[in-house]
Amino acid sequence: MELMLDIHPLVIAVTVFVLAVFVGYYVVWSVTPALHTPLMSVTNAISSVIIVGALLAAAPMEGSVAKVLGGIAVGLAAVNIFGGFTVTQRMLQMYKKK
Amino acid sequence: MTANLAAILYLIAGVCFIMALRGLSSPASARTGNLFGIAGMVIAIGTTLAQPGVEDYLWLVIGLAAGGLIGTVIALKIKMTAMPQLVAAFHSLVGLAAVLVAASALLAPEIFHIAVDGEIRLISRIEMSVGMVIGAMTFTGSVIAFAKLQELMTGAPLVFAGQRLFNLIVALAIVALAVIFCIDQSPMIFWIMTALALVFGVLIIIPIGGADMPVVISMLNSYSGWAAAGIGFTLDNTVLIIVGALVGSSGAILSYIMCKAMNRSFISVILGGFGGEALKVEKSDKPHKAGSAEDGAFILSNAGSVIIIPGYGLAVAQAQHAVREMAEELGKKGVRVRYAIHPVAGRMPGHMNVLLAEASVPYDDVFELDAINSDLSSTDVAFVIGANDVVNPVAKTDPQSPIAGMPILDVANAKTVLFVKRSLSPGYAGIDNPVFYNSNTMMLFGDAKKVVEAIVKTL
Repeated sequence: MELMLDIHPLVIAVTVFVLAVFVGYYVVWSVTPALHTPLMSVTNAISSVIIVGALLAAAPMEGSVAKVLGGIAVGLAAVNIFGGFTVTQRMLQMYKKK
Repeated sequence: MTANLAAILYLIAGVCFIMALRGLSSPASARTGNLFGIAGMVIAIGTTLAQPGVEDYLWLVIGLAAGGLIGTVIALKIKMTAMPQLVAAFHSLVGLAAVLVAASALLAPEIFHIAVDGEIRLISRIEMSVGMVIGAMTFTGSVIAFAKLQELMTGAPLVFAGQRLFNLIVALAIVALAVIFCIDQSPMIFWIMTALALVFGVLIIIPIGGADMPVVISMLNSYSGWAAAGIGFTLDNTVLIIVGALVGSSGAILSYIMCKAMNRSFISVILGGFGGEALKVEKSDKPHKAGSAEDGAFILSNAGSVIIIPGYGLAVAQAQHAVREMAEELGKKGVRVRYAIHPVAGRMPGHMNVLLAEASVPYDDVFELDAINSDLSSTDVAFVIGANDVVNPVAKTDPQSPIAGMPILDVANAKTVLFVKRSLSPGYAGIDNPVFYNSNTMMLFGDAKKVVEAIVKTL
């Protein structure tokens, strides 16, 4: 543990990022081309996990500009999350075998 | 909730998102994958709501409920032909959300624990600049892409003299402002940088023509991911970094696939100007064979195997359902019917597959270009509906042609080629197709839906 403390949080963040890029690269190449549109709509939905930042910004009790901006961002991201997952599910339901 | 527990929950959410993408490797596992995605999102949001500092739930719930309602209604109502517009619109929301979060981080850095005595850490300043700039570009760029796809503005490239130099100057100005902001933390500089990034988003999309839209949407998909990652770095949030990396690489791969399908380099797409002025087509008066729907039905019903090549014209005419009916009728007569999809058959990656799935075409009858191209030579009938450029051999024979080098479906190798088309007019790229004039080609002129319905009637 002592040693870990010397590592800057940014280095850990970069480590996560680089590994995730590799995971993304291999996972996305294995997606069948027939599902590239659902891939885009689902990535749309999950990239709205940016809502975690928006929630934190909108969360304090006292009002501020930051809180208002955060609140708007929560709404926008929610449109994307619900819309993205719903439309993806709708598309995937249509894919049927013979 | 302790910071460690939160970090572990965010990691689990991240793994769920990876599983969501992994599920898309086959239609059979995709629905489970989507449920993983939803689970990941619930975990991420729940974890955030349990953070210390989250006090005012009222507005959070209102925001979630209002946004959720709007999103769900749109998702349930949207037509499958309008998917590209919807995706572009959703990208713009991710971009705008990134902008708003970066702005709140600047205004209230203490919420995100990135400031010491009111001074934002240098590293956080760099991270929030990156998140803000990419987010702003994604936002306005996607709005323009949406407007082009929705035909609110012309799909033709908008070019002006000195455009590239001007764009370069704007880009350099953004970088310079970001550097200044990182040095002195001046909010004014930050807002000017943001305004320029918003303008830059517009500038990079307006010169790109309609034919390149599949690349543009994929590219903006990638940007929205990088924007999320930038914000993830700012907030030191692992799930956001993981998702940003996943989405960023996903969009980049899709852009690559689309570019390859059109044999265009990514750089030339970005520089734009393609598919603008309609190329001069020598009005061809070469003889061609035209037939009626009855002739088409006769040829199809006497065939042993048929490969249908749908293009965007099929979607425009809403002929998917009629085509599926025709395929079923032929199936009853013992004809083997398959579908061949070119990667750029629709307006976004995989679009045509969705349109066929919507018309209840079984996905095991649908094949990608590489998987079925060699079978065309042993097929009795290639039935081309509303497609032109993707079956145009000029791509192979004329290195000067705008579509030179683009992989095509070799329909001319089939024993008989049937073309359903409005007229002999060339397609998107404005190039005449020599297959029209082959002796084994029959043109069935008319609206795709009407022609196919007439064939079904005859069958």
